[in-house]
Amino acid sequence: MVMTEVEVKNYNLNFGPQHPAAHGVLRLIMELDGEVVERLDPHIGLLHRGTEKLIEYKTYLQAIPYFDRLDYGAPMNQEHAFALAVEKLLGCEVPERAKYIRVLYAELSRIMNHLMCTTTHAMDVGAMTPILWGFEEREKLLVFYERVSGSRMHAAYFRPGGVHQDLPDGLAEDIYAWTESFPKVLDDMASLLVENRIFKQRNVDIGVADRPAAYDWGFTGVMLRSTGVPWDLRKAQPYDGYEKFDFDIPVGKHGDAYARFLIRFEEMRQSLRIMRQAIEKMPKGPITTLDPKISPPKRADMKTSMEALINHFKLYTEGYRVPEGEVYVATEAPKGEFAIYLVSDGSNRPYRCKIRAPGFCHLQSLDWMCRGHMLADVPAVLGSMDIVFGEVDR
Amino acid sequence: MRSLKNIARTFLLLDIAAGLRVTLKYFFKAKATLNYPFEKGPLSPRFRGELALRRYPSGEERCIACKLCEAVCPAQAITIEAEEREDGSRRTTRFDIDMVKCIFCGFCQEACPVDAIVLGPNFEYSTETREELLYTKEKLLENGDRWETEIAANLEADAKYR
Repeated sequence: MVMTEVEVKNYNLNFGPQHPAAHGVLRLIMELDGEVVERLDPHIGLLHRGTEKLIEYKTYLQAIPYFDRLDYGAPMNQEHAFALAVEKLLGCEVPERAKYIRVLYAELSRIMNHLMCTTTHAMDVGAMTPILWGFEEREKLLVFYERVSGSRMHAAYFRPGGVHQDLPDGLAEDIYAWTESFPKVLDDMASLLVENRIFKQRNVDIGVADRPAAYDWGFTGVMLRSTGVPWDLRKAQPYDGYEKFDFDIPVGKHGDAYARFLIRFEEMRQSLRIMRQAIEKMPKGPITTLDPKISPPKRADMKTSMEALINHFKLYTEGYRVPEGEVYVATEAPKGEFAIYLVSDGSNRPYRCKIRAPGFCHLQSLDWMCRGHMLADVPAVLGSMDIVFGEVDR
Repeated sequence: MRSLKNIARTFLLLDIAAGLRVTLKYFFKAKATLNYPFEKGPLSPRFRGELALRRYPSGEERCIACKLCEAVCPAQAITIEAEEREDGSRRTTRFDIDMVKCIFCGFCQEACPVDAIVLGPNFEYSTETREELLYTKEKLLENGDRWETEIAANLEADAKYR
């Protein structure tokens, strides 16, 4: 018998940067053996805007809008981390009501994010209906954003020292009414996906991460919890009074795409619980710190009091000076540990503002999570990772 | 017993049937979509839309050229030049806003001590060329005159929170 030598060549495939399943501007260089992924190389940076560098040239107030534009799926969670970091450096007290409003809106943003993530993930594997229902609900949440901040997405609402404006009359009641109608929609979406055989075939045992790998690659948030680690910064190191709320942390077992999907679904229900408690227990009082050197005066005061007018001019031109020092403040954003490492040299602008984006750490493990899977599983893994390029590329 | 249930579910397509039932239920529900140019979504008094410069009821422009908005604008979209007018009052000779740069954060409105620059309720101002989005003082004042009723009502409604 004569053996003939056959030369086998792997196939290189470019995925993106303009691809509907790439969740933004991701470019993947894939090495395929037939339809099996051998190697996968994510090329990032197509949405790089130099946010970190820009913030070094802005006052602390002016830096706020940049955070909305990082993870545009849940804008207020990013502002939250920055506000907490600046407050820690300033050492300023935040009034109780401001903390409750921030928790309420941070959880609202979490639902916004998970609605987008789970439904687009479902669409990536072929289920078209949930995204239509999910975005109908998301639209209602965007209206709540608009009513409180004036903008549907780029809110600039959380400020160092508190929040910008108080909740308008009737908004808390409307949000509460929504938290009671939403579980119905969630159940309907679950009935389409959770038990569905096609959805399970596409997700169970796809993109499996085990616990040591999750630690090694810096997983946080849902990605880490899917491997069975009950780690949630809201419980582990509570900020803004999260210790006063009663909620559970859903944890997965297998660390596959299906587990991550289920955890996000359950987290939405837990967020609803926190939102209800926040509205019920919300105290009356000021919504921003009373230190006139940090938070600007009320407009009525500004127009009648000379002292207030001086502070107003000072705050909107030069801003406030932040004491020298450096802090690292981590928050549990919907995607994982979103943290700010802020260095101040005592001036009115940050010396350095490092942004720790959870998506960046998760994306780098796409290679080994997809190895050996079929080409069609890549969007499923990517979808279950919940990547947004605003924060990955910064 | 559990495995029997699973087998039944697999062969009777129960998971698919449950999904189809829910879908059918939604088929008869009221539509959530808006017929856009004729129907529009709700807007709150705080909405931050197209920029405008306001006047006092007497017709005198409000802006006193303090340049606070220029200083606070994170995107540096505002350019102001000022001079003394014949009657001795300080007014702007140039008030340009680059709407392509503007990020609609609303800081200029917050900073303005005389409620001159505001973000109005208008969000339908798309143009065919980029140049049309470089707003001059005339264009901004014209916006203010056109939207004054709505802007005044919104500021009034939101006054107690500001």
